[in-house]
Amino acid sequence: MDAIPPKSSAKRRHLISITDLRRADIERILQTAEGFESVMRRDLKKVPTLRGRTVMTVFFEASTRTSSSFELAAKRLSADTVSLKAAGSSVDKGESLRDTVQTLSAYDPDVIVIRHSAVGAAGMITAWTDAHVVNAGDGTHQHPTQCLLDLYTMQAALGGIEGLHVAIVGDVLHSRVARSNILGLRTMGARVTLVGPPTLIPRDAAALGAEVSHSMDALEAADVVYVLRMQRERMAAGASYVPSLSEYAAVWGVTPARLRPSQLVMHPGPINRGVEIAPEVADSAASRIVDQVRAGLVVRMAVLYDLLAGPGKAEPEAALRIVSPDVVSAAGQEVA
Amino acid sequence: MTATATERVLLDEEALRRTLRRIAHEIVEKHPDLTALGLVGIYTRGATLAQRLRDLIEEYTGARVPTGALDISFYRDDVTLRAEQRAHPQPVVKATRLDFPLEGKSVVVVDDVLYTGRTIRSAIEAIFDYGRPERVQLAVLVDRGHRELPIRPDYVGKNLPTARSERVNVELVEIDEIDRVVLIHP
Repeated sequence: MDAIPPKSSAKRRHLISITDLRRADIERILQTAEGFESVMRRDLKKVPTLRGRTVMTVFFEASTRTSSSFELAAKRLSADTVSLKAAGSSVDKGESLRDTVQTLSAYDPDVIVIRHSAVGAAGMITAWTDAHVVNAGDGTHQHPTQCLLDLYTMQAALGGIEGLHVAIVGDVLHSRVARSNILGLRTMGARVTLVGPPTLIPRDAAALGAEVSHSMDALEAADVVYVLRMQRERMAAGASYVPSLSEYAAVWGVTPARLRPSQLVMHPGPINRGVEIAPEVADSAASRIVDQVRAGLVVRMAVLYDLLAGPGKAEPEAALRIVSPDVVSAAGQEVA
Repeated sequence: MTATATERVLLDEEALRRTLRRIAHEIVEKHPDLTALGLVGIYTRGATLAQRLRDLIEEYTGARVPTGALDISFYRDDVTLRAEQRAHPQPVVKATRLDFPLEGKSVVVVDDVLYTGRTIRSAIEAIFDYGRPERVQLAVLVDRGHRELPIRPDYVGKNLPTARSERVNVELVEIDEIDRVVLIHP
């Protein structure tokens, strides 16, 4: 089956990487999300904005927060939703990503939200569907809506992002959240320091605009301590990045003693209590972990709204960037 | 606006002030029980006008009427149309503030210009998602005609027959640093 030629590829907008967004785009999306907060505070938590539109979420990887919040976000906007998990779908019967996407596209979805373990998967499927595509995580590459909800949480808690100092602690190497957050925070004018053992810090950290420290003392200077989980599912079999999880916890675990008052603690979840984060920290007043989950809903509503409603003719330049063909083909090779 | 566009001032500062005073008096007249009254302005300029009406009503009666601001972006019927098909540019979304219970209230929706009526339809739909007022009325500074829906204002500052090609700009000191209403011929 030939790829369905996109009807109007020049007009379609996607959110594949946080770098698709300029600072003004991010600010607009965060402001829209704030508008949805007032909707979430009332008895009737639903608006008719996307009535008659269809949003499909396709998750080839495990997810609690992202899949549930995208589905709820679409429903709160009155869109129809179809949620597909790889387990239990025809993927189990050997259907390829391309065939799955083309099959789902036959139902004319307006948005496809996709999570896949392969880097570039979300960018690649833009060639196979007429829908707007939102990347909900592609391997170790990008997770743009997580970055947006983290920016939203920081802005709500601290009043702004410009000039903030954020320490990202832990397994940065395997983290798409870290990659999106470093780039997003830099776009918004924040300073980023990566903290962790050399084996878990990417060698291209400087190219992303981040500083690096291999000592937990570096947390001292940060306004926000952003904790990452050890992504054992992405570590090569047999590879040894740390001697043991208990040793990792002893050296790199975020404990009350390693924090100073007034620092905020964030974590994209799922958290492993007692490993990267001490239970007392996760449940402390400094923790914004629950706020992050809540922000996920309004921010994903704002992303769906922005993709489908668009910025309008007042500022046509503010459109989300179209994924360039070379990104798609480069990614395609990795997935194929 | 092109170089050939002409501007005509319909209401200057003094006329605008008189007009708002009259509307405020009319609202008070129609509401013997001011405790049942609530004002809801539509962003951006409707919200400012609602605040001014609240202040005027307080000046005349001593009663401070609960006043909210409504963003109707999520209720527009042209949200997912392509940019060039839309009557209005997609505005920046503002946070709705409706902090008083609507139940049993007589809600007066306030906007600057009444045109097709679609904004008001959206506003009514939004208001009923926040609560169930006993009655909804409409106050506008300018009614320029060309209704596309069966919507009629209860309080009108100025009736102004216009051509569709013309534009009516309401400028308020809080936002535009000047108080006036201007008709623009393209």
